[in-house]
Amino acid sequence: MADEPLVLGIETSCDETGVGIVRGHTLLADAVASSVDEHARFGGVVPEVASRAHLEAMVPTIQRALKEAGVAASDLDGIAVTAGPGLAGALLVGVSAAKAYAYALGKPLYGVNHLASHICVDQLEHGPLPEPTMALLVSGGHSSLLLAPDITGDVRPLGSTIDDAAGEAFDKVARVLGLGFPGGPAIDRAAREGDPAAIRFPRGLTGSRDPIYDFSFSGLKTAVARWIESKRREGVEVPVADVSASFQEAVVDVLTRKAIRACKDNGVDHLMIGGGVAANTRLRSLAQERCEDAGILLRVPRPKLCTDNGAMVAALGAEMVARGRPSSTWDLPADSSLQVTDVSVPGHTHDHGHGHGHDHVHELSKDNLYS
Amino acid sequence: MLLLAFDTATPAVTVALHDGRRVLAESTEIDARRHGELLMPAVDRVLREAGTVLGDVTGIVVGVGPGPYTGLRVGLVTAVSFADVLGVPVHGICTLDGLAYAAAVEGPFVVATDARRKEVYWARYEGPRARVTDPAVDRPGDIADEVAGVPAVGAGAALYPEVFTDVRPPADQSAAALAALAAVKLADGEDFLPALPLYLRRPDAQVPAGYKAVLPK
Ligand SMILES: [Zn+2]
Repeated sequence: MADEPLVLGIETSCDETGVGIVRGHTLLADAVASSVDEHARFGGVVPEVASRAHLEAMVPTIQRALKEAGVAASDLDGIAVTAGPGLAGALLVGVSAAKAYAYALGKPLYGVNHLASHICVDQLEHGPLPEPTMALLVSGGHSSLLLAPDITGDVRPLGSTIDDAAGEAFDKVARVLGLGFPGGPAIDRAAREGDPAAIRFPRGLTGSRDPIYDFSFSGLKTAVARWIESKRREGVEVPVADVSASFQEAVVDVLTRKAIRACKDNGVDHLMIGGGVAANTRLRSLAQERCEDAGILLRVPRPKLCTDNGAMVAALGAEMVARGRPSSTWDLPADSSLQVTDVSVPGHTHDHGHGHGHDHVHELSKDNLYS
Repeated sequence: MLLLAFDTATPAVTVALHDGRRVLAESTEIDARRHGELLMPAVDRVLREAGTVLGDVTGIVVGVGPGPYTGLRVGLVTAVSFADVLGVPVHGICTLDGLAYAAAVEGPFVVATDARRKEVYWARYEGPRARVTDPAVDRPGDIADEVAGVPAVGAGAALYPEVFTDVRPPADQSAAALAALAAVKLADGEDFLPALPLYLRRPDAQVPAGYKAVLPK
């Protein structure tokens, strides 16, 4: 519908330069330039390499998105941008570009939260989000369970990883197996030929006295590495497919179990899964199975909308415009450790300091918020 | 002609508007950590002060460094984004050239800015518009012989008085000087640099040395 807000979103929190354009809940363009190949030889994202790539890709990616959407920049109702969390230098390229476009076009600027954007993107796939929304976000940088009564203003962290992010564990296990970077797709592929029950790897934080919504993948990663090394020492060939499938099963078992528990405990009858790891085929199938058993409706966007992209930022920006939320001021900072409870950053007048009233135990750690 | 000039390659966040003959408005704030926050409010302030709007600008002048990368990129991405919307050219100028032009020292001199990590970005000049070496990044001690006895301009020089013994003003970059230099270069039909950062250093990136074993040896 033509009266729905037309918003361009810019995402540069990690290694993808993403520019998306949406009208309300309709996706018009999703342009991405990735520097992942430049990072592959380092086995992880190198911040300076990512920042350099963002600068070079920014204007061409914006031009591509506008062309793909078939709209003129002057028709936009606003520019949204990831203000954090993420890599500081990378975020700053996107925030500066968003300001320049917004200022030059005379449009409002919306600095928004990367995690809330990962949730909001599902509106482009499955229509309006129910309120509240239960979301499981899993990627190379984050693993968290979030309850969102209002995606434009009220997002509450229920639990998060206490050590490695789920995607990080995939990368590390893939490295031990020699499968390359990024590890998620490689493990997913190898696991298809393997038996998920071949090796019983540990399920972190699933004891009766463990925090019910928090995750831990560091112990699992170490257990897998130990298992592989001991086989190599015995001179036995490592069954890559079985190891991949069994490791992957341990990760997605815990993720889905805790997510369903969170839905039941909070009386929420649907579950949204987002983030790069949501592209994992086993996570999708096990979540589907367990949600059906529990009478929960599962909402997972297509893989391209689960990984970092600009459309998700545009989706949240459009929702902000539709609900008349305040825009950001021209001094909008890029905040690498932006709290998940700060859904947007309406400039310096807003108190977005870190003295929040809620329980900090469940907040995400600074180092785990990339991607 | 209406040039909007800015430079974020040094601790100065500096913006100026120039009509080809004179500076109409200028803002310079020194804060090495907040380029991203300070630049756009300064652009807005300068335009208002001159009683004009961004849409009237006919060209963007930007300092392309060398300078610390995170701040430097703020100016460059802003310049190319403005240019994309406005359909005007971006004129890139070496940041050190702006300082050299402002200094107006006759005869040989050097310009040096702070490159952090105990290094300076620097170049040699024969006159205000005559740079004779490519910009480089070095430890002051390693270039002591090359700069001995020559006047030196810029805050980077002032940091190392044992090497740069004859420090002259200005210490900080000024977009007004950058804009004035651009106006002269345009009038003379000279070339500008592309709107790409002069990084000079390769990215810091360690290739992980395989993976660390978890079992005891
Ligand atoms: Zn992400």
